[in-house]
This record gives sequence, C-alpha cells and structure tokens, in this order.
Amino acid sequence: MTSLAIPSTFDVAALRADFPILGREVNGHPLVYLDSANTSQKPRQVLDVMRAHHERHNGNVSRSVHTLGTEATLAYEGAREKVAAFVNAPAASEVVFGKNSTEAINLLAYAFSNASATPGSDPRFRLGPGDEVVISEMEHHSNIVPWQLLCERTGATLRWFAVTDEGRLDESELDTLVNERTKLVSIVHMSNILGTINDPARIVARAHEVGALVLLDGSQSVPHFPVDVQALGVDFIAFTGHKMLGPTGIGVLWGRAELLEAMPPVLGGGSMIETVTMEKSTFAPAPARFEAGTPPIVEAVGLGAAIDYLTDIGMAAVQAHEQEITAYALEALASVPTLRIFGPGVPEGRGGTISFALEGIHPHDVGQVLDDEGVEVRVGHHCARPVCVRYGVPATTRASFYVYTTTEEVDALVRGLERVRKVFG
Amino acid sequence: MQFDQLYQEIILEHYKRPHGRGLREPFGGEAHHVNPTCGDEVTIRVAVAGDKLADVSYEGMGCSISQASASVLHDLLATLPVDEAFKVHDAFVELMQGRGQVEPDEELLGDGVAFSGVARYPARVKCALLPWMAFKDAAVRAGVTVGPEVKA
Repeated sequence: MTSLAIPSTFDVAALRADFPILGREVNGHPLVYLDSANTSQKPRQVLDVMRAHHERHNGNVSRSVHTLGTEATLAYEGAREKVAAFVNAPAASEVVFGKNSTEAINLLAYAFSNASATPGSDPRFRLGPGDEVVISEMEHHSNIVPWQLLCERTGATLRWFAVTDEGRLDESELDTLVNERTKLVSIVHMSNILGTINDPARIVARAHEVGALVLLDGSQSVPHFPVDVQALGVDFIAFTGHKMLGPTGIGVLWGRAELLEAMPPVLGGGSMIETVTMEKSTFAPAPARFEAGTPPIVEAVGLGAAIDYLTDIGMAAVQAHEQEITAYALEALASVPTLRIFGPGVPEGRGGTISFALEGIHPHDVGQVLDDEGVEVRVGHHCARPVCVRYGVPATTRASFYVYTTTEEVDALVRGLERVRKVFG
Repeated sequence: MQFDQLYQEIILEHYKRPHGRGLREPFGGEAHHVNPTCGDEVTIRVAVAGDKLADVSYEGMGCSISQASASVLHDLLATLPVDEAFKVHDAFVELMQGRGQVEPDEELLGDGVAFSGVARYPARVKCALLPWMAFKDAAVRAGVTVGPEVKA
C-alpha cells in the first residue's frame, strides 16, 4: 500500500467529541478503546440519523404507496447509493444488503450451492468433484467455514495459500494453487489478526486467466482505507457496517452486475420475487433478488450516515492517521520486554491492527489487567484459529486502531502492559 | 477492589506452581475440553478405586484462572470418596454461577473459595469451570455415576 505521503488533515481531539462513548470511564479510568477491528464506536451523527429515521420516517420499504413508506424507501435506497459510491461501484444495484460480512460471504456460498444443484444454471457457479475453491491460511473463520461447508455439499476441494513467517500471504505457489480447476478464490484484503494488507492484483490476474471468480473479504479494509472495486478488479467484495462507524446488523455483498444476474436466489420470500403462483415463482433482478423479507432499514440508513462521516474526513486522511498511529504503536510495543508481534513489524503493507503475546502470560490475563486500567483490547483467537496454530500460540492479544485513536491511548496500552508483567511476572 | 479479588494470591500461586500437574496412568476415564472463544484447553484423567477416586491428573494450557482452577481441583478431589467429590464439584459450580451472590463453604471448597471473585466476571466464569466440566465428563467415562441427591 502507498499513500503514506498524505498527511493527517483532521483534528483527532475535535473528532473524538463526536463519539459520546469515548467520554466514559471504565473501572475508574478514561476509556481507551483499542478494539475497533472487533467493532467500531459510532459518532453522534450516525446515532442522530438513525433516531431521526425511527422518529420521523419509519415505514416498510419497497411496497408502500404512502408517504412514510416512500420516505423510508428513499432513505434505504439512498444508503445503497452511498455504499456504491464509497467503493466506486459502477451501479447501486450491485450493492446487496445483508446482516454482516459473514452473511454476505454465505450468500455467495449458497448461490454456488444452489447453482450446483440446478441443471442449466450458470457454469461459473457450478461446483462438483474435481473443482477447487482457494482461500488462505490468514482468513477469518467467516471466510473459511462457508467454503468448507460448500465443498462438503458439492464434492469440490478446498485449497489455501500459506502465510509466511513475517505474516505475509505466500503467493509463491500461486500458479499451481490457482489453476484450471479453480472456480473461486476468496481471500482477505486486510487480516483481522495480523494486520497484513494483501494486494490482490496478482491473484486476480491469475484467477481470471483460468476463469475463476474472486471474492475479497473487505471487512477490515473498507473501513480503513480507500477501496475501489473497479481498480481492484475483483468480482465480489464483502464488508460490514459496524466496523466502519455504522450500526450492527447491516453488511454488504458487492458483486459485478452481470454476475449477480447469473446467480440463483438464496433466501426465498417477500420482496425478492417477480411473480408468484402456487406452483412456481420468478424472481426480481438483483439486488432485490437477494434481499428477501423486510431488510435492516434503519441500519442501512445508519451505514449511509457513517459513510457520509468518513467521506467528510476523507478515506486517504483516515488511512494516513492510522498509519501514523500504527508506526507509533509498533515502536512503542517493541520497547516492552518479552513482547512478540505476530504479523508485519513495519507499518508498510499493514493496517492498524496489531496482535502480540507477552511471553508466559495468557492473553486472557493480559486483557483482564488492561481492562482494569480502562484499556479495551481483544484477546483470543480472533476467529482466525489457523493463524494462531500457524504461529504456535493458543491465542493472542490484539490492539486495533481507528480514526479516533490517539498516541496517548497507545501509551496507556504500554503502561498497562507493564502492570501485566508485574502481576504475572 | 474487585480486580484484586479476581487475581487473589492463591490463584496466582496455583497458576505459577500448579499441584499434581501431568497426565498419569492408570486411569478409568479421560476428557478433553476447550473453550472455543479463547482456545484454553484442559485434559483431565480420573482413576477410580472402589467408591473412591484414586487420582485426578491433568494437563492443559490457558489463562491463570483456568489453569489454577485445574490445580485446585486436583488438590480437592484427587483422593476423595466419589460422592464427596461430586459434592465439592457441585459446590464449586454453584459458586461460579452465583454471580458473586453465593457465600462459599470454605470447609468444602478449600482454596476453591479464592475463585469467589471470578464469579463477578461473567467472561471468566467459563475459564474457572473448564477443568470442572472436563472432570465431570472424565468421571462419567470412568464409570462413576452421580448420586441421586446431586444435581447434574
């Protein structure tokens, strides 16, 4: 990744005032929230828009002629347009709303599954024995388990890229891993545990060369740096609202229009149909085809507000700020005795998510002592157990940063780690 | 202060210098339990002689709470009559699930009372219970049946 040259152009202290929760205390200390890779905090602007929607514009979408229904539909579809613009999608109709990234990935997996069971379906989505799906060892469980299940259902084979000792994706076997049997490559854009940012260019080129589709898991990238789906050249991207200042309960599957049109439906129900008889139904075009039932309306509107907020700051500035914090944190953590970082030790090609271990001290205990100091980090395997296995640890402690993170908070983390070492040393 | 109650000296002592650690032969039943949210693991072996436990041995990796809990479990149960072992087991489980409202019986629970503070940290109760749940499974596999007066 580049763009280190763009300086941070916003006032972090002023921005923090937008986040009510950052003013609270935890265990008698000012809250130091270092768990944004898990879920981000929400600015007042997002909370206000959601409250106003419920107070003023609540109606069901896509089916009412009345004023409230029309306003709700405009707000919901407006959010879709904001999402599309945010990732530079050619059309809003390429944005499918769902519950979260996990659901977005599963939607694609089940579309493959349904196509595989339906004669005459688009061959690009048909899987069977001999076909291969390729993922990587650094995936979140949400980009592993759906493909394991799909391969079990269809008889296809799951393969994966390894991870290097430095925490980078090992592309040395690219040409054999991705071959004429490959139907789909699904890899993470930025690792939620190692912080590694993958440049998918070579993988996309190879996948398309052999006729395979590419899904990029953007859960940790879309919130943190500019993502342009057209420039990336991928076929699908999944991400979630709550990690990018929006609410929980709203996620996105973006897919190229031509591919969404070729995909069979997954959930059946209201809103996704064209006509229904007692014998058979025909289906609406995308994205409605993939949004059966009443969608998460206010959550989509909240995500739209979060995108407005991030766009006002500018994603290049968000990225520059996080690069600064990350460089500072990598240096500060390196000063802690017995601390080992998992993943790239330099800010280049990595984001503001840093996993580490203190020798001989279990992450649960690390997290508990830090919490007593008001410092909120994640401990555990971060839904990426294969990465822990790869580095021979049962779990790690993870600090993750966002647009509101300050160097003082990194200092508080380092002070907390000193106390951890005193308690358990 | 709550935090000091969580990490009582007794717990840190058991964590740093565990009692009876290591898997031993012979044994009648073994169980391996994991905490899927954090990856903590413990394996417990139960050896039975007549209506008494002959040994409870264990191996594991994880946080101070889970590993100290296994050490305390060994101390308390390793050679108890089966019915008494289950009484202690149930008292410990009750203490852990009591959200800090249960007054522990020190005579029954010994060093186990040090875990009273853990009950106030819902995220850590699972850590403390991990070896005890594994013990219960291992005991069943060793052919030990739970007495009728004991809640399963």
